Amino acid sequence: MAETINVTLKVWKQESTEHKGKIETIQADNIPTSASFLEMLDIVNEELIAEGKDVIHFDHDCREGICGACSLNINGVAHGVEQAVTTCQLHMRSFSNGDTIWIEPFRANAFPVLKDLMVDRSAMDRVIQAGGFVDIRTGSAVDANSLPIEKELADAAFAAAACIGCGACVAACKNASAMLFVSAKAAHLNNLPQGQAEKKKRVLGMVAQMDAEGFGNCTNQYECEAVCPKEISVDNIAKLNRDYLSSSIKEGVKTI
Amino acid sequence: MSTCFNFFTSSIGRKIVVAVTGLLLFLFCLVHLGGNMLIFVGQEAFNDYAYKLHHMLHGALIWIARVGLLGLAAAHVLATVSLVIQNKTAREPYHFQKTVRATLTSKLMPLSGLMVLFFIIFHILHFTVRLDALGTNDPSYQLDGGYFDAWQMVVDGFANHWVSIIYLISVFLLGLHLKHGFASLFQTLGLSSNKTRKHFEVASILLSLLIFVGFASIPVLVGFVGLYR
Amino acid sequence: MMSSYKADSTVPHHQAPEGPLSDKWSKYKANAKLINPANKRKYKVIVVGSGLAGASASATLAELGYQVDCFCYQDSARRAHSIAAQGGINAAKNYQNDGDNVHRLFYDTIKGGDFRSREANVYRLAEISTQIIDQCVAQGVPFAREYGGLLANRSFGGAQVSRTFYAAGQTGQQLLIGAYQALSKEISKGGVTMHPRTEMLDIVKVDGHAKGIISRNLVTGEITSHAADTVILATGGYGNVFFLSTNAMGCNVTAALKAYKKGAYMANPCYTQIHPTCIPVSGDYQSKLTLMSESLRNDGRIWVPKKAEDCGKPAAEIAEEDRDYYLERKYPSFGNLCPRDIASRAAKEVCDEGRGVGASGLGVYLDFADSIDRLGEDAIRARYGNLFQMYAKITGEDPYKSPMRIYPAVHYTMGGLWVDYNLMSNVPGLHVLGEANFSDHGANRLGASALMQGLADGYFVIPVTLGNYLASQKPGTVTTEHPEFEKAATESRERIEKILSIKGTRSVDSIHRELGLLMWDKCGMERTEEGLKEALAKIPEIRKAFWEDVRIPGHAGELNKELEKALRVADFIEFADVMCHDALNREESCGGHFRAEHQFTQADPEVQAGTTQEGEAKRRDDEFGYVAAWGYQGEGVQPSLNKEELVFEEVKPSIRSYQ
Repeated sequence: MAETINVTLKVWKQESTEHKGKIETIQADNIPTSASFLEMLDIVNEELIAEGKDVIHFDHDCREGICGACSLNINGVAHGVEQAVTTCQLHMRSFSNGDTIWIEPFRANAFPVLKDLMVDRSAMDRVIQAGGFVDIRTGSAVDANSLPIEKELADAAFAAAACIGCGACVAACKNASAMLFVSAKAAHLNNLPQGQAEKKKRVLGMVAQMDAEGFGNCTNQYECEAVCPKEISVDNIAKLNRDYLSSSIKEGVKTI
Repeated sequence: MSTCFNFFTSSIGRKIVVAVTGLLLFLFCLVHLGGNMLIFVGQEAFNDYAYKLHHMLHGALIWIARVGLLGLAAAHVLATVSLVIQNKTAREPYHFQKTVRATLTSKLMPLSGLMVLFFIIFHILHFTVRLDALGTNDPSYQLDGGYFDAWQMVVDGFANHWVSIIYLISVFLLGLHLKHGFASLFQTLGLSSNKTRKHFEVASILLSLLIFVGFASIPVLVGFVGLYR
Repeated sequence: MMSSYKADSTVPHHQAPEGPLSDKWSKYKANAKLINPANKRKYKVIVVGSGLAGASASATLAELGYQVDCFCYQDSARRAHSIAAQGGINAAKNYQNDGDNVHRLFYDTIKGGDFRSREANVYRLAEISTQIIDQCVAQGVPFAREYGGLLANRSFGGAQVSRTFYAAGQTGQQLLIGAYQALSKEISKGGVTMHPRTEMLDIVKVDGHAKGIISRNLVTGEITSHAADTVILATGGYGNVFFLSTNAMGCNVTAALKAYKKGAYMANPCYTQIHPTCIPVSGDYQSKLTLMSESLRNDGRIWVPKKAEDCGKPAAEIAEEDRDYYLERKYPSFGNLCPRDIASRAAKEVCDEGRGVGASGLGVYLDFADSIDRLGEDAIRARYGNLFQMYAKITGEDPYKSPMRIYPAVHYTMGGLWVDYNLMSNVPGLHVLGEANFSDHGANRLGASALMQGLADGYFVIPVTLGNYLASQKPGTVTTEHPEFEKAATESRERIEKILSIKGTRSVDSIHRELGLLMWDKCGMERTEEGLKEALAKIPEIRKAFWEDVRIPGHAGELNKELEKALRVADFIEFADVMCHDALNREESCGGHFRAEHQFTQADPEVQAGTTQEGEAKRRDDEFGYVAAWGYQGEGVQPSLNKEELVFEEVKPSIRSYQ
């Protein structure tokens, strides 16, 4: 039989956005160490159902670390202490028998709690809508190879584009700043020749929307990079700062 | 106009204000430190330097500098305060708190900054305004020919060990503040990258040490060791 | 067994224009009905699903001027499961100058589908493939590039040319983000209204036409009616009918099933693709399966112990002569690189013989020891480092030291709602795109073709073909005031109340797992008449268990994940029925559908002639060269079987051989 452990969960329970939440203690016994963290919660939920209680609600979907839906703060760290993983890729073998595990939602005022551990991250969608795209109409593209792109730039763009939009960077930042997320998208497109035409508009628009959503600002502690499941670099933040400054100057000169 | 306004109300714009003013204030610290070191050259050199500072451009320079520095400090503080308020309202704390990479100095920035601000006020009252209560307003410092015995004032000022302790603690906090601040400003101004970030961090440690050791040498040597007593 | 299935209607004409295959799409476009720009604004289009097909269709239709409402159950359109595709996207660009062209891509796709797809649709797909790459690059999709700055390609299963474009192992993610950004652009311009965390519960038909949907807001539980001039479903596949699959947890068949129940044909639901290289199940709690890229088979050797009693031993203690490299033994020429379906079935066979490895006995070794000896650990790390790391993370074992264990898992479903050349189902106004339709992959999908189809349908096909339907419709004639909406909304509400009122003893997952196991055993990699009949007998029992004994905590007017799952599982149970009927009816083996009764044996002349091998799938083109379009007849009633005969003008169906 597979090895099992018993752990004590300190879980954030909150009925809805309007209700106040609190930490509840739930015992999780006989958890196979080969189970994933989310499967551990599945097992706990099965028992809660059997006891006639409501389940612990959490976001999840692909369970292979790419969709960005899962979003738990585990023992104070977004996606748990293992590096470069999402919550769904964390396994119970990382814990020991008798451990107490604190599970909280990704906290940020821009991410209101919907229920228990589920938060509303639509603020990130609205930031993308404010300029995180190349405004090209379907059917109007030229041949893909008519525009060679320096490999280094293409690689930098790809590294930034690997962002899965999970919001761990926001959750890990003491200021709930979305700079890593915003800068990753800005860097993806601003690095590429296709993104140049709208660079100024994109940078100013995305930053304005980011501020309007109530995210905090960056104090260069790099917690975001440390928890990012895709290891997005804070270089992108430096680039966004630079691009913001130059875009503001250009816009300012134009206005004068 | 609105672009300008947007820049100064945006989070990145305000951060840039903090970085640029921080950089200028840091440069001022270096110049200030250079002047201070004249204490160890001798009474005359130090007093000459003070005289020149007060009489350049017919005495206007010192006021331009004072107003400028005050403006820089005010901008630095006001922008920071508004950013801190934004950050404090951006989220509620976790019940289980933990950080993975954040340095201690980065966590202490608002505190160290605030303490340095108090110190600056104290320092101005102590050596610039020369409040009677702080004992630096002795008529004997006024020398003939408009000269002022700044050197003696400083030596006397640090004779009080409590004052020396305050200075020592304050310049230590200034060092901490600069350790995060100096490296950080390159990131905020978009000048750092994965390759250069480490170098900036090393430079930041060295420069903040220089500032701390330099400024601390005066209360230590003049105050505690009693070099000129 | 003689088929007892009866037709109840005639499958409509497929609407592809007459003439040579290569001219059909140009001819279609030249004659397509257009709607003037001022009028486009008056048409409302509902798109359900925001994956590659849904997002690209929503964005493009909004660019054209239509008012689009796009729905997805995820919290953001960017999380649709297209994001998980790893390998790449095919396109007949011939950038490698290796002799690729549209016809070759078309032929490979038709052959890969075991000659069970419609020629005209597949040809169009191959034709459009090149435009997709142009479009995506213009959007800023960061495809892999060569040092010269031009796009890189790699080769993929079932093709002899390098035509696959890729972005590391995250091609699906990058393409989806591209489509999501296009969608975001249109949302910001007001052309698309996005409805995230909203699930479609039913289709609303007015005078026989699809004119709206009923949705549930997954946060508030609110049931809402939405009217439109046409409805587009881009809701993905039904792999989760097996409970365990590589699909995301939320992937479901609800939209397709509701359409089926409202009269749309369900075509070829038995065609499911089982991917051979997935991480095996490790326990009862397991919630999903993870795919390991097929590329691992290039350097890994697959084996199991010769003797069942050795299975418990660590791999290292099993002597070389006691190992059975069964793929190399059975298929000496292709060895470990034989096609997906063959590799999957072979793994099942050895495990059924009791020679499987791992705690569950359902696993085979994928061993890199020889390659590590030959090339060195660093070379292997350079090639597969991220995959090895992923394997280690999930299993806690080090694949550099001991062989990986793998087992096949459900991956993609080729079947789906029947559509014509316009991508419209037999229900007028109901269009179906991407994996949700049946049209392009026949009985088996080739690698790197799913992304191609989703984007072809969304960016380039539906924007042209939609006008064909809409031109016949006066915009805005149907509103939610129509009594059909209230009727459907009430039905949905009553269904939810009924599920909540059961208050039984079993969790939704336990019932879903039971259904999944049954389907995997009886309608999985290998199917038999006997097994399928057993499944058909068992499904009503599972349905009964669900409707009498399920327990859902909470209530309807709130965020309730158990309720969401329950609604989906109830539909999977109904869907399982038509899937088994299709598998039972199709008395042949083709692509992903393998009937044990229909395989080549030594007695067959083809085997003696060396054209194929013993144990290979035996197609029966004369009897089964058709699309099975199933019509719903009522709950628990045998569905009707309607046929679209497949006519091959360009290619000649032959034995699918990769020797």
